[in-house]
Amino acid sequence: MNSLKDAGHLFRLAAVFLAGIVLFLLARGFLVPKSFGQYGHYRGNALGELAARPVHYAGHQTCETCHTDVLEKKTAGRHAHVNCEACHGPQAKHADDPASETPTKLDTAVLCARCHEANAAKPRAFPQVATAEHSTGLPCDTCHQPHSPAIVAEAKK
Amino acid sequence: MNGVEGFMYPNEVELQWSVLIVLYPFLTGLVAGAFILASLERVFNVEAVKPTYRLALLTALSFLLVAPLPLQLHLGHPERSYEMYLTPHRTSAMAMFGFVYLWYLMAVLVLEIWLDYRRDIVELSRSSTGLKRLIYRAMTLGSSNISERALAIDEKTGWITTIIGIPSAFLLHGYVGFIFGSIKANPWWSTPLMPVVFLFSAMVSGIAAVMLLYMLFALLRKQTIDMRCVDTIARYLFYTFIIDFSLEMLDLIHRIYESDESFRSLDFMVHTKLYMSHIVIQIICGTVVPIALLALTQLLKLTDIWRKRIYVTAGCLTLIGIFAMRWNVVIGGQLFSKSFLGYTTYKMGLVTREGLLTAVVLTILPFVILGVLVKLLPPWTERHFEPAPSALSS
Amino acid sequence: MNLTRRHLLLLLPAAGVAWKYVLAGTPEAAPNYKLSEHWWSMLIDLPKCIGCGNCVRACQQENDVPDGYFRTWIERYHVNDYDIENPVVDSPDGGKMGFPPAKDGSGKNFFVPKLCNHCADSPCTQVCPVGATFISPDGVVLVDKTYCLGCRYCVQACPYGCRFINPKTDTAEKCTLCYHRITKGLTTACCESCPTGARQLADLKNPNDPIHEFLKTHSVQVLKPSMATHAKVYYNGMDGSVR
Repeated sequence: MNSLKDAGHLFRLAAVFLAGIVLFLLARGFLVPKSFGQYGHYRGNALGELAARPVHYAGHQTCETCHTDVLEKKTAGRHAHVNCEACHGPQAKHADDPASETPTKLDTAVLCARCHEANAAKPRAFPQVATAEHSTGLPCDTCHQPHSPAIVAEAKK
Repeated sequence: MNGVEGFMYPNEVELQWSVLIVLYPFLTGLVAGAFILASLERVFNVEAVKPTYRLALLTALSFLLVAPLPLQLHLGHPERSYEMYLTPHRTSAMAMFGFVYLWYLMAVLVLEIWLDYRRDIVELSRSSTGLKRLIYRAMTLGSSNISERALAIDEKTGWITTIIGIPSAFLLHGYVGFIFGSIKANPWWSTPLMPVVFLFSAMVSGIAAVMLLYMLFALLRKQTIDMRCVDTIARYLFYTFIIDFSLEMLDLIHRIYESDESFRSLDFMVHTKLYMSHIVIQIICGTVVPIALLALTQLLKLTDIWRKRIYVTAGCLTLIGIFAMRWNVVIGGQLFSKSFLGYTTYKMGLVTREGLLTAVVLTILPFVILGVLVKLLPPWTERHFEPAPSALSS
Repeated sequence: MNLTRRHLLLLLPAAGVAWKYVLAGTPEAAPNYKLSEHWWSMLIDLPKCIGCGNCVRACQQENDVPDGYFRTWIERYHVNDYDIENPVVDSPDGGKMGFPPAKDGSGKNFFVPKLCNHCADSPCTQVCPVGATFISPDGVVLVDKTYCLGCRYCVQACPYGCRFINPKTDTAEKCTLCYHRITKGLTTACCESCPTGARQLADLKNPNDPIHEFLKTHSVQVLKPSMATHAKVYYNGMDGSVR
């Protein structure tokens, strides 16, 4: 019995520690986000939040619902699998409200070179030219129609 | 690209972990080392180092209190750091470290200091006045029992705490080594030797720090240095250093011999970007020279004054060398590209949140805290000269 | 442009309804999206990559990626003859504005687009101390930026260098496989803008996905297979020099 009395200070210390642990567990109940652990060791709501971010590229299927004529021309040519926004940039705003946002006309002198400027690292079979010699500074759409770029027989006249 | 040689993945150019993350293992290393020295006396009954027992504990506490600060300052969102305690990810060494730190602080260090000082605290709570009296009274937790039986219980409990404390100290700093050593993406860090190397270099730095502080305080208090004590500490420093050096050499030799895909890139880095900090400062000045100096004291019979000079020189070089080791691990590990094709440069800010000034302040801070602790809980009242000031009942 | 006003009057409302549906939002809200039905990955057909940089630009625009940081980037490799252990690699501004002419046209030259590999056994999610980065049930490694501390441990742990700290939010960030798009039936911004089809989103759980046929008939690799991260971005035609 005496030894217990002499260890009184240790019991007090243990009580302080215990109080600390209890406080921590209580705080934890309040502070841990409710959806935490729903799918794994993370906030389940994060999935929804990440999925709800705004879209900037509409996707070619959306463009094609309206611009069927362009689609027809494109499908016949070499740019069949080049999606609209690959050249025209993000157009979700335009798709959302076509009248409010009209895409700007592209400068083919700059645009086409990004893909077609000759470079040793590009696949050999990929159509590429040294634009300085090929077009001598003229914009590419002087001769090529971007939606169907092959120059047809008439132009060779 | 500015500061980049060769090729780096575009997101690798900027360093992620700054000088603060170099400082952090340095500080926790001093904690572990100081504590191991203190346990030598307690558990292994090395009488000779008794004069440094309390000082070592207070040193450990000062550094342990400052250790989280560089971490907080480096976080993008320090206000969210409590999340590590609420939802710790069990596979993350960093998360588990939060608990190891808390355990070591509360269940080992604070407990051991409290138990060893309890008698002094109670006596001081009776003899002091004003704010100090309040502080001491709070520290007694309301119990003023300093009977022989109670003190014997304290002694026994303290002994058990130290027994638990030694593996806890190993865990504390071994974990820091594991935080680096478990990153398979980084071949400079990824080795099973990392926790062991960190631990032994921690012990070296901690022992050197306590030795220097003891000598410093003796100088400030105009007391004679207990040479038997300092000689023993220096001997332990020497032995630990040999082990630490062997481990680092083992890592180096292994790397050179196996020469895996990362070797050429790392080798080039050590010989160019890290030449000063690794070869000159860490290896030559920070390891080989102190070991040689300490070996001299073991092999030759030198006078007291010469031994003191050597101990101070070796101690200072050791601390610089161990800091350089942390630098070479943390910064060095981020200077090379994971493509092994290039290198970047560490641009340390001067007065930014993670800059040089912050690092300097955080290095000085533990000594300031130690100064306060030494005033609050004098380590040598009963050991050296003044009898404990008291109005005790006999 | 042959679109007459009459065409517009008919098509616009239909398109508008379709678009509003697409913008509907969360996986829970989009009635057709079930997390357990998908296991997302990507296929990169290297012989098709022309290094135009469309993907890097599209990603930046779609995801507000700050300048100087990259959720995806392109590397250009130059390999001299048999010296595959020492390629010369460059990635000017991540390849965002394409590549200048090669200094050395000899030897072998090619482009390699890189992004987060959405590893099934990712070392980055393993080390996150709080659970701010994770792999979703549908196979996308994501970052919860309201929970991330910015400790940078995940950035250190990624073997591929695909993570960075966004200076505006001070949290970790990386490719999300355009999670906000793929959960609505769209493809990723990089795949949408790739002119040659070098990048293709793939759903490994979908038996009709073309990747299954592709994998049967082509040899593919992942980056750094020795790291055993179970990376899910598959590269067709990858040279041994690729780091």
